[in-house]
Amino acid sequence: MKLRRLLAMAYKETLQIWRDPRSLAIALIMPLMQMGLLGYGVSLDIKQVPLCIYDQENSQLSRAIVSRFDAGGWFATTGVLHSQAGVRAAMDAGTCIGAVVIPVDFSRQLASTGTASIQAVFDATDVNTTNIAQGYLQGVVAQINAQIQAQWQAAHGVSASQLGQVDLQPSTWFNQTLDSRNFIIPGVVAVILALVGAQLTSLTVSREWERGTMEQLISTPVTALEVMLGKLLPYFVVGMVDAAVCLALAVYWFDVPFRGSVLTLFAATALFSLVILGIGYLISVRIRSQLAASQVALYVTLLPTTLLSGYTFPIDQMPKPIQALTLVVYPRYYVTILRGIFLKGSSLVDLWQPLLGLVIFAVVIVWLAARAFHKRLD
Amino acid sequence: MFERLRAMLMKEFLQIRRDRTAVMRMIVPLVIQMLVFGYAATFTVHHVATVVLDLDQSQASRSLVSHFVASGRFDVVATARDGAEVQRDIDEDVAAIAVVIHAGFERDLSNGRSAPLQIIVDGTNSNTALIALSYINQIVAQFSAEQAARLLPPHSSLAAPQIGVNLQTVPWFNPGLDDTWFFIPGVIGSLTLLQVVSLTAFAIVREREVGTLEQIMVSPIRPVEFILGKTVPFFLIGLGDIVLVSAIGIAWFRVPFIGDALVMLAGSALFLLAAVGMGLLLSTYSKTQQQAFALNFFFVNPFFILSGFAFPIAAMPKALQWFTLINPLRYFLVVIRAVFLKGVGFAVLWPDLAAMAALAAVMLGISVLRFRSSLQS
Repeated sequence: MKLRRLLAMAYKETLQIWRDPRSLAIALIMPLMQMGLLGYGVSLDIKQVPLCIYDQENSQLSRAIVSRFDAGGWFATTGVLHSQAGVRAAMDAGTCIGAVVIPVDFSRQLASTGTASIQAVFDATDVNTTNIAQGYLQGVVAQINAQIQAQWQAAHGVSASQLGQVDLQPSTWFNQTLDSRNFIIPGVVAVILALVGAQLTSLTVSREWERGTMEQLISTPVTALEVMLGKLLPYFVVGMVDAAVCLALAVYWFDVPFRGSVLTLFAATALFSLVILGIGYLISVRIRSQLAASQVALYVTLLPTTLLSGYTFPIDQMPKPIQALTLVVYPRYYVTILRGIFLKGSSLVDLWQPLLGLVIFAVVIVWLAARAFHKRLD
Repeated sequence: MFERLRAMLMKEFLQIRRDRTAVMRMIVPLVIQMLVFGYAATFTVHHVATVVLDLDQSQASRSLVSHFVASGRFDVVATARDGAEVQRDIDEDVAAIAVVIHAGFERDLSNGRSAPLQIIVDGTNSNTALIALSYINQIVAQFSAEQAARLLPPHSSLAAPQIGVNLQTVPWFNPGLDDTWFFIPGVIGSLTLLQVVSLTAFAIVREREVGTLEQIMVSPIRPVEFILGKTVPFFLIGLGDIVLVSAIGIAWFRVPFIGDALVMLAGSALFLLAAVGMGLLLSTYSKTQQQAFALNFFFVNPFFILSGFAFPIAAMPKALQWFTLINPLRYFLVVIRAVFLKGVGFAVLWPDLAAMAALAAVMLGISVLRFRSSLQS
């Protein structure tokens, strides 16, 4: 291996990126745009859940309860309904996610027996939103009940101190505000790197085939290893710059707390870039048509990073066989590391397992990539 | 006209059939993604790893822990001996929830004092944390009510905590709150969009890059015939995709299909027209396949993420919510979910169908205009 040839190769590749505006766009603008869109668009924090009210009783008490649903910002009343058919129609049309039905004898029931029911109908199509909305609703009802119970106890001469109550003291660590952005954005960085990196490199060899420059490349004294390193070096620099930009945006623009060490982050990012670029290069060597190469690159990166890396869907909630499958999904390790460094302030030692995972992947992929390219025309 | 269109279509189908890996590349990833998505995409919160630090070791504290386990939402994976162990388990991801019961828990309860119960939640995954907290609230409320009922003087006919409003929640359209029912219809739309847009865009750019576009230009074929010939095959492939993936969803994942197949067909047709239109439009802006791919990726990924397939549109900032209005996938997901789960028809879905038709008309219209000018020049 000669350093001069390697650098010449890298220089040629850099020129090629530089002179192709679309490649430049993928390398520089795409990460920014994706970060903006995904950073804002990928959120599970549903506030102001649209709620319809069907108050059959329309008494002072029922109105007071309805006003409690509106307070607090969890719900926004989007419709007042007047019939059961109206509930059905609102649900069908999707004007609200939940409908609260207060029965006609609500106050009377509550006064005579001490209990009364409220029905909450949910459009459970979106299960996660339904779960969150139910939680909010139960919280509101618990507040209402606390008040009713206090009144009841006062009326029946049972002082509150006679009843032992569990005083629930929840505390949330690492992401105190439970902001889904803090959870998702570190993962978004991994997704963007994976997509951009593999897209860029997946065409670097197949392009030579399609443009007919492969013959020229083969006739030069450059070795297979020099080709690989020369082709990957510029993309590695691009990848690291992209990573730096995305990570800086995460911290300074999206205000995701950053509690760990920059050096650990750098090491993990370099390893991850190596894996991604290596995969792109492998695809590029194996598949000669640009179209097929970029399609395969998309499938190999998009599916695992968006679905199986744990960046949105928690791995521990997946069925066991799928959990086992995620062990070979390389972005999973990087997402774990990113979250650990960002939110938990994990150190190099805390993260040895996912780091080892990345190291193993990097070694295997680079080894395969180094062996993949042959200076042959067939 | 039909003669020329037939010739064009035959050429397209021959081209697809001759590309031996094309069919593989179309069907295999689709089926794999469908299966993986069906199993992996879930926001449900079951069996959350929980560490317990029980410093009371009483009947009440053990009963509380068993309430957690019995709910099926929490799995006790570790029993800590002190606070440091709790901290370590949470730090090292052994557990996401810690239940800390202080000494004197039972004594406080029976003396009528409030007994503190400390819960530590790893908020890294905010969604899981939020839902887990609401389950914990319910479990503790239930436990409290039982304890109070036991302790209340026998003369009172009612236990105080049972006083009040009883919230009965009724989930419609998905009574089991099964995530798969939500995601599978979404996957059908997303995968079809990804595939149809890129296939269409590439087919045309390829002709341009390989140089066969000039040959077509000198043939008597007209722009409209050329576009029809290029889009009809991918429209049909898209329809095949939707049928195949829907069949997997219904037969394998047991997602109910209670709506009208005709509504589904109408929605699919309009959606595919829009998708094909998008592919055409992208192709008019690309000279090489690589450019087409970059553009395709530039637009399709945001369309996919910002469609409501997993992340509710209502949770997005207003500007992005407006952006979703030009996203055909957004409307198709509404239609497909409504047809699968709600069983509603044209009366409810016409605005979404109309929006897709409008998007398709605009995109196809612009593409035809751009083609006409490029073919004439």
